[in-house]
Amino acid sequence: MAYTATLGATRYRFDDLRSLMAKASPRRSGDELAGIAAASEAERVAARYALADLPLQAFLERDLVPYEDDEVTRLIVDTHDVQAFAPVAHMSVGELRDWLLSYEADAAVLTALAPGLTPEMAAAVSKLMRNADLIAVAAKCRVASAFRTTLGRPGTLASRLQPNHPTDDPAGIAAAVLDGLLFGMGDAVIGINPAGDSVADCIGLLELLDELRRRFDIPMQSCVLAHVTTSLKAIERGAPVDLVFQSVAGTEGANLGFGVNLALLREAHEAARALKRGTVGQQCMYFETGQGSALSAGAHHGVDQQTLEARAYAVARAFDPLLVNTVVGFIGPEYLYDARQIVRAGLEDHFCGKLLGLPMGVDVCYTNHAEADQDDMDVLMHLLANAGVNFLIAVPGADDVMLNYQSLSFHDVLGLRHTLGLGPAPEFAQWLARMGLLDGQGRLPPPSAGSAPVRRLLGAAR
Amino acid sequence: MTAGLDPFARLRALTRARIGLGRSGDALPTRALLDFQAAASQARDAVHAAIDLDALRRALAPRACIEVASRAPDRTAYLARPDWGRELGQGMDALDAARGDYDLAFVIADGLSATAAMAHALPLLDATRRRLAGWSIAPMVLARQARVALGDAVAQRLGARMVAVLIGERPGLSVADSLGVYLTWAPRAGHPDALRNCLSNIHAHGLDYERASGLLAALATEARQRRLTGTALKLDVSLPASESR
Repeated sequence: MAYTATLGATRYRFDDLRSLMAKASPRRSGDELAGIAAASEAERVAARYALADLPLQAFLERDLVPYEDDEVTRLIVDTHDVQAFAPVAHMSVGELRDWLLSYEADAAVLTALAPGLTPEMAAAVSKLMRNADLIAVAAKCRVASAFRTTLGRPGTLASRLQPNHPTDDPAGIAAAVLDGLLFGMGDAVIGINPAGDSVADCIGLLELLDELRRRFDIPMQSCVLAHVTTSLKAIERGAPVDLVFQSVAGTEGANLGFGVNLALLREAHEAARALKRGTVGQQCMYFETGQGSALSAGAHHGVDQQTLEARAYAVARAFDPLLVNTVVGFIGPEYLYDARQIVRAGLEDHFCGKLLGLPMGVDVCYTNHAEADQDDMDVLMHLLANAGVNFLIAVPGADDVMLNYQSLSFHDVLGLRHTLGLGPAPEFAQWLARMGLLDGQGRLPPPSAGSAPVRRLLGAAR
Repeated sequence: MTAGLDPFARLRALTRARIGLGRSGDALPTRALLDFQAAASQARDAVHAAIDLDALRRALAPRACIEVASRAPDRTAYLARPDWGRELGQGMDALDAARGDYDLAFVIADGLSATAAMAHALPLLDATRRRLAGWSIAPMVLARQARVALGDAVAQRLGARMVAVLIGERPGLSVADSLGVYLTWAPRAGHPDALRNCLSNIHAHGLDYERASGLLAALATEARQRRLTGTALKLDVSLPASESR
């Protein structure tokens, strides 16, 4: 079915829903690379007029990726909650935007709505929203999750401490972990991207982190971000697996590129849940996503990268995750060319994830071949903190020496907390207080070299 | 902090990660802030540096070499359009004129760090050629605005059964001049990356020329015998990328 809109004297025609969605998207290099982007700014706005008038029902009648060909589409269609959808069932995409921004759509209403929205609806409405709209609505969404800490509470900003090392050297990783703990990082997870993918190495790193947790009695969860099959083998061998990680994408073909399907994720979820290692909750899955992964895998079906990213959240939400984050600037300039595109994508991803009911975090990051720098990341982290992001990734000095890209630093996330009056997860904040790291106002001031917490923690790295 | 009191003095030796940087309030101290910017500037300059083909040609003389370019007209287009970087835009006639019966073609490509190609490609090439006595090697190819897969088109036109692309890797903050080598048997358009073998991290603090050339020659020899490259060839020593990214 074709869609049309008239702008001035020009009538624009969009052959199908995929094309309408792609051409309504804010400009980004990945859609241009795929040859599906709007040819002009006028065509882009024309597509938005047509999209604004489109009934939400259209997304239930027409699949962007065919149901027969793709298990992610089947998951989305088969688990759609018609009752939750009812309050917005009569709306167009434009009316949904107006309603989401209204006072009527408060935290409780948005929580109830989440299972009624499909990723395509969330993506569509995001295309009609400015950055400030994406922040305002996401800030109203509340998604809490829990394992040994409780994440997503109002007034908190958690962090993943990412202590990667180019050769997975345990002493080098431990040094980075201890540095991060002195900044109050790690309440979302201490998560290592391993350089290798052997089961034995993975188990060694898991044991290192678990020993550290028990030694200092830290309310935290750890994760080695190996492939899901490696984590399953580690579980079989009795390793201390808190969270099972996997990268996921929005089509069956792109997930195949990651070496996973829904059945394998189900198996992993059940295996991790059976360990019952959580204390304040049992959500034990961790997913990473990022715009462009489906095109990169040659499995995008002519759908724009932002819509496919939202579909990855449908995969994540099927497994009741503790953590989901987009690695927004990692993929490179052929998908997100510059800081403007990275900032926009980070806000879209966070908004769509939250609207769909996910405990959403962001890796605010860039590579050296994109047109972006630390000033741009400062902007995005402040915008996301205002949008109520559950957690941010933090690495020593903003420089990941294993994956060779730049994320936020421990300094950045701590400074953001203090500037905006946000605290770590409550259980973790109590631990920081017990360690003597907090001052009377709950802040974490620079600890002096000879202070008790510094001597205790750094004495551990022997 | 003075060195004697710095509790991180011992820990810094354990990792190249930027730990124990100190704090000015919550932010980086000025020196650490500028150190980061200095490293970032090296990486950015490496990404945007142009490969100096004249210098490479002079260094290779009197051996013949062929200059080619991808379809990407400039650096901006190169970064945004990896598909253009995989297709030949200039130099096709010279390649056709040099067509022959070759065991192996070498391509020196700027990739994402011309700095790496300029620094490490020639010493690695010389060390590798010494180990491949008796091989029929095509004239050297120097490629601008090139991705790895440009080597497939080059080898097809030259009539080479195998191609080794020596290419600058994406600069990080700790290393801006890291070279990678991709070896491909029976290269053709649309060749899947799983059917290549890769050596990466060739730089002053990584894989040295001696070891890299030994591995590359061993890979090429086995590839010629077994008539394949890729995951089935078990000498792959590249650091695997993390599963998470």
